[in-house]
Amino acid sequence: MRSLIMTAALAALAAILAPGSVLGADPVKIGMVTTLSTKAGYLGEDIRDGMLLAIQQGGGSLGGVPVELIVEDDGRDPEKGRQIAERFIQRDGVKLMTGIVFSNVAMAVVPKVVRDDVIYLSPNAGPSALAGKGCSENYFNVAWQNDNLHEVTGQYVADSGFGNVYMLAPNYPAGKDALAGFKRYYKGEVAGEVYTKLGQSDYAAELAALRAAKPDAVFFFLPGGMGINFIKQYSQAGLSGQIPLFGPAFSFDERLLKAVGDSAVGVINGSQWNWDLDNPANAQFVDAFRAQYQRTPTLYASQGYDTARLIGSALAATGGDVSDLAALREALRKADFESVRGSFRFGPNQHPVQDLYVREVVALEGGATTNSTKAKVFSDHGDAYAADCKM
Amino acid sequence: MLLFLEQVLNGLQLGVTLFLMSAGLTLVFGIMNLINLAHGSFYMIGAYVGATVTAHTGSFLLGVLAALPAAGLVGMVVEILVLRRLYDREHLDQVLATFGLILFFNELTRILWGRQPLFMDVPALLSGTVDIIPGAPYPAYRLAVIGVGIAVAVFLYVLITRSRIGMQIRAGASNREMAGALGVNIHLLYTLVFGLGALLAGLAGVMAGPILAVEAGMGESILILTFVVIVVGGIGSVRGALVGALLIGMVDTLGRAFLPGLLRLVLPASEADGVGASLAAMSIYIVMAAVLAWRPRGLFPAHG
Repeated sequence: MRSLIMTAALAALAAILAPGSVLGADPVKIGMVTTLSTKAGYLGEDIRDGMLLAIQQGGGSLGGVPVELIVEDDGRDPEKGRQIAERFIQRDGVKLMTGIVFSNVAMAVVPKVVRDDVIYLSPNAGPSALAGKGCSENYFNVAWQNDNLHEVTGQYVADSGFGNVYMLAPNYPAGKDALAGFKRYYKGEVAGEVYTKLGQSDYAAELAALRAAKPDAVFFFLPGGMGINFIKQYSQAGLSGQIPLFGPAFSFDERLLKAVGDSAVGVINGSQWNWDLDNPANAQFVDAFRAQYQRTPTLYASQGYDTARLIGSALAATGGDVSDLAALREALRKADFESVRGSFRFGPNQHPVQDLYVREVVALEGGATTNSTKAKVFSDHGDAYAADCKM
Repeated sequence: MLLFLEQVLNGLQLGVTLFLMSAGLTLVFGIMNLINLAHGSFYMIGAYVGATVTAHTGSFLLGVLAALPAAGLVGMVVEILVLRRLYDREHLDQVLATFGLILFFNELTRILWGRQPLFMDVPALLSGTVDIIPGAPYPAYRLAVIGVGIAVAVFLYVLITRSRIGMQIRAGASNREMAGALGVNIHLLYTLVFGLGALLAGLAGVMAGPILAVEAGMGESILILTFVVIVVGGIGSVRGALVGALLIGMVDTLGRAFLPGLLRLVLPASEADGVGASLAAMSIYIVMAAVLAWRPRGLFPAHG
């Protein structure tokens, strides 16, 4: 398996040789297990690019400490993810790990590595099992607990006065969790609750049934290509103008929007971040990301960037020492960095306590579309599982 | 009742798309005795070329006109370079080699077009809905897909039963050695048939472009359904492919639409939704098993 030791390594070398830097110190190795191949490969790509941007801005270091980011592709395969993690620990002596995109990979990797005295920082997946009873003091989630973006959408739909919602999700655990998360805050009538085949491409049958059920709003969670298919067909069936559509941000990141076109305009989606959030850290991040990669960052890129900067804040506090895990954990728990989301701190289960927003997809001049922040729905929102976590 | 008619129309539309895919595959399977897993790749190539040309020229028609020869040409090149070496090998070798082609084409599209799915819009002329059943507006584009599918079915019928090349195709299907001995250029015939199959797959792909996400690996999900269709219809028979495609399209659509509702009559709602969805996903395989138990060679076997 090829190991992509990024330009960060070279940059790190340059930083060490530069006068005034920590003399003779080896760079701190950060192991990144992520998904770069398969259809979902762009998710890992954006997380990685966000992290590399933070490292590059520090001249090859985070928090003034030279780092080396080792990236390997798990191909969305839990078993492969576990093997890569073991290699990072045994071959490279990695003490800090991050990068996993999907919850099923996280469930195969995280419980094992945190037992081996490695600190894992999740830049994307937040399965409930790791937020509640399975929490660990070596596990930090820098993105969200999986239910959060469904919860915020549910609250907004309820606040907006909708009372008869039709719901769709794929027939797999995350799909059922999504509808459960939505219904935690939406208490109105359910016009229909439909589970579709995972990977389904044609939704004509579901759309006909949906129209016949006459709901006043639709909530759907169909990540990746499934969402593109659904939104296009929803619009072609003439439903866009009639029944408002809601969902979590996963079907509406800036890269997916390009593949959906006008069909998504007007859709409201729940997120913890958007490129137009008004705070200095975010403005700086969005400008730098666009300059570096010629595209608008997605929420995944923002999570990668925040994760890298959180690591930087902890390394700065410990002076680059990763051998004293207790001190490192203590420093991470403080979350002493300027998040691009504005407010950010860790709850008792080391998951985010943060503001959650809804965004609206709007048309830009020239035919492109983008997300525009519509409203802040939750302030300092934690997750439903924190009470079960005994550390 | 209204809803039922609309769902029948949806089933017809899915069936027609499946027919375009399976007509080519069943010919290749029946005439050349070749298992080709890479058929979905021609579908994907059709969609990618169509989306790219449409994006650059702004014309959906040009996109279709570019996608057809592109898929057909790639198909013929693949036949000449790779598949010719496989005709005399075992089916397992063919499966392995054509599976390799899937990986090759998926990775190639990622290299050429990137990981991000492409966007393809419905042509403006067909972007609206039509009240074909009063009270249930139906997307005009899907009606057009049904129309194209029926036209292709008629074209294939005429081609195979009325034309000289059709006669050769039928001869090649019944006895390839004898046809060769009687002076039919079997090599050329195989290349042409394979190219035609790839072209039809490309047509299915480019027509799916405005409805679906154009992304690497999009061919595999429809490929599985296509195999079910040709097994149900009878390997090598275009008529079987048509009947099988319509049957599978109907069963899949109606199952998804009505099974969860029917189960709610006997089960609590929360269970019915989950079980119904799983059962609907299985329904086409149950039909396939039933057909095979009743007629082990499919509904319309090509070789008596």
